[in-house]
Amino acid sequence: MGRVQLSAIVQFESVGLRYGTGAEVLRDLDFTLSRGSFYFLTGASGAGKTSLLKLLYLAQKPTRGRIRMFEQDLSDAERESLPHFRRRIGVVFQDFRLIRHLSAYDNVALPLRIAGRVEKEINSAVREMLDWVGLGDRSGARPATLSGGEQQRVAIARAVVTQPDLLVADEPTGNVDAEMAKRLLHLFGALNDLGTTVVVATHDLGLIASNPGAEIMRLDSGALVDPTGLLRNPPRMDRRKTRP
Amino acid sequence: MILDRIWATGPEARLLPAEGLHGPTVAVMAMMSFVMIVVAAAGLALANAAGVVVSGSESRYIIELAAASAPELPRAVAAAKAAPGVRNVSAVPQSEMRKTLERWLGESANSPDLPIPAMATVELAPGADAAVVGKAVQSQVPAARFSAQSAQLKPLLASLRALQWLALALVLLMVSATAGAIVLAARGALDTHRPTVEIMHGIGATDRQVTRLFERKIAIDAIAGALAATVAAAAVLLLIGSGVSASAADLAWSSPYGADDFLVLALIPVAAVVIAVVVAHATLLRALRSSL
Repeated sequence: MGRVQLSAIVQFESVGLRYGTGAEVLRDLDFTLSRGSFYFLTGASGAGKTSLLKLLYLAQKPTRGRIRMFEQDLSDAERESLPHFRRRIGVVFQDFRLIRHLSAYDNVALPLRIAGRVEKEINSAVREMLDWVGLGDRSGARPATLSGGEQQRVAIARAVVTQPDLLVADEPTGNVDAEMAKRLLHLFGALNDLGTTVVVATHDLGLIASNPGAEIMRLDSGALVDPTGLLRNPPRMDRRKTRP
Repeated sequence: MILDRIWATGPEARLLPAEGLHGPTVAVMAMMSFVMIVVAAAGLALANAAGVVVSGSESRYIIELAAASAPELPRAVAAAKAAPGVRNVSAVPQSEMRKTLERWLGESANSPDLPIPAMATVELAPGADAAVVGKAVQSQVPAARFSAQSAQLKPLLASLRALQWLALALVLLMVSATAGAIVLAARGALDTHRPTVEIMHGIGATDRQVTRLFERKIAIDAIAGALAATVAAAAVLLLIGSGVSASAADLAWSSPYGADDFLVLALIPVAAVVIAVVVAHATLLRALRSSL
């Protein structure tokens, strides 16, 4: 449990996204994500969840509108400046995106090495994180020798090992059992308590139900459904949050 | 700079799978570097040969007399010897003239009916005025023709210079071809490892960090290829050089290369590696800029 100051970490203003000359896959997105909040992103397949996540982890630029993150307008940011912001974002990809020829240890250590941390610091952080996801004894294993669930846990460990300001996860519990899903959600909650803003895209209603303190963003045909207006105008006050 | 790119730390070195020293880059670098070294060696040998010819002929002049005036050669030689700045004058013996003509005329060159011109070589001291010597000879023997030996060698020197330029052009062509091959190799490596690059970008790697990985691989391949080319080219040049030395043993010119030439030849594979790394760096950065 923690008290967090709710200031904007992400602001979308009239954001639209289209691929090539096709129709817009995201349209008129206006919302603000508060620092230290926990969000579930839901919606039917094809509603645009993955596209929205791509905008959030800076893998895609909007075709219109403005995106502010970390108090910077990143809509027209130079690409040389993006790595700095990406290092503040942890991403759990639906397809894990582990580097096949690296061990679980090296995969988890990668963001820390890219950030230029020293090996001693990296070693303790990676060991701790692998222990946390239950893979302490498999640190030398390559992704091909791990099960889907184990690979997903490595991907999650890699995403959170830097204690990012923003954690974006695409179906992070899709390949793990209920017990591990609970543990992972607890890990996300613990990070959230430390001030990390968490956005989890999921179809898992049980997962959403297990975190009643989280806010829900629902995408419908590329548009954000926000009947309460809370996403556009989140409360700017201290609040006590509940954790699963 | 190059060494820094090769000796990456262990974890960084592991980011691309170890592939060993095979693949097109090593072979292309070896072939291109080999051709560059051999062609450059040929160019340098030609330059040195031209230098030998020029230095050997620049102070040398020739007195020529047509067969009809050949008996006047001793007077012409005496006039030359008396002129200022003349170091040495030697008449070419008739027997030597006939021996030379034998190459074209065969036994007929020894026929007493064959009119043989007379010739003497004149060596001037540095700073001597050739025109004064020429006038002195022609005042005594008006039929004598006094000319610079280098004038007669002009067509040969022009051919040697043209071959030198051709060698330089071939080396530059090889440099361009090497650069082109490296561009293709760098793009190919980037395509092959696109998933790794995307993951690294996604978690905050800069273009420079990504580029470093590929530069390292290309630098190692380039060094391996250049080393192989150097060994092969050295063997070929030694083989040719030993043959030249044996056939040139009776000439003043004993070796086609000086110390400077060996330095130039040794620098070619080094330059090839530097070019490969610089081209790879530029290609990779340019290719990465097309991604977000």
